Amino acid sequence: MATTAHKHPNYMAIFWWLAILTVVELAVVFMPLSKLTIGVLLCGLALGKAALVAAYFMHLKFETKTLTWIAFTPLAIATLLVFVLLPDGLAVLKKTVGVKPATEAPAHK
Amino acid sequence: MSQAATATHVYEPAETPLTPESWGKLGMWIFLAGDAVGFGTLLAGYGVMRATSGDWPNPYAVLGINLTALMTFLLICSSVTMVKALEWLGKGDRDRAIKFLLYTALGGTIFVSLQAYEWTHLIHRGLHINGNPWGASLFGTSFFLVTGFHGLHVSGGVIYLVSMVRWVMNRPDPAASYNAVEICGLYWHFVDLVWIMVFTFLYLL
Repeated sequence: MATTAHKHPNYMAIFWWLAILTVVELAVVFMPLSKLTIGVLLCGLALGKAALVAAYFMHLKFETKTLTWIAFTPLAIATLLVFVLLPDGLAVLKKTVGVKPATEAPAHK
Repeated sequence: MSQAATATHVYEPAETPLTPESWGKLGMWIFLAGDAVGFGTLLAGYGVMRATSGDWPNPYAVLGINLTALMTFLLICSSVTMVKALEWLGKGDRDRAIKFLLYTALGGTIFVSLQAYEWTHLIHRGLHINGNPWGASLFGTSFFLVTGFHGLHVSGGVIYLVSMVRWVMNRPDPAASYNAVEICGLYWHFVDLVWIMVFTFLYLL
């Protein structure tokens, strides 16, 4: 079977982008922002870093588009799963909120 | 060409249209997509448990992020050494490719060692799989499950990398091992990619 070498991008540039984005992530955690804003920023940064790894280190940018769709399928399934699980989780939260945990174990008779 | 051979060619093409250079690469991508569903399920489950828990501890206050930030940086570095190994192999320098494969395996080994140190430290502080002093007991369960599953992948990756070193050493022609090293690289970068998500979801958020 034929073996073809890929075009190699500037890997060091990708490395520096990943390192800088990691530092930005760490800075975002301690920023005086709302929890929602921090959450959205961190998710965006993580997805950006993951996209850089997939596109350049895993050479997805140089492969056919169909392979990219295969790679994105798990992300779609995981997102769908969150919405499938949320109603169940919220129902549990509704039942348990305000219920104080037992502080003392019942005495043995 | 005989009729039988032609028929075989029709039903079993030698090349896949998705990854024309290798069926193995397509196989690895399909495996990784399946594995990603596993990690995606764990992280989605974690997210829902956390969002719907009334007393989930603050992860970065409990777990600390200095060591894991270092581990993240280490895994990014090991991804760079992995692509460098492939690049040198493409240029025909087998010795440099082996050296970079060994650097990658070393990076993975240090990562797993740091994870073992982190686990030991947290267990001594009271974080257990069935409970912890800071809040929801599922906090410890999910932490050990997700990081343990990832750690197993890194350990498997180190074994894979060492076997790749042997594979390259046994083949005098660098082009003969290029495809196998690229497939191994896909696995290693996937492990790095998953850690990026784990670090964000379990430690930072």
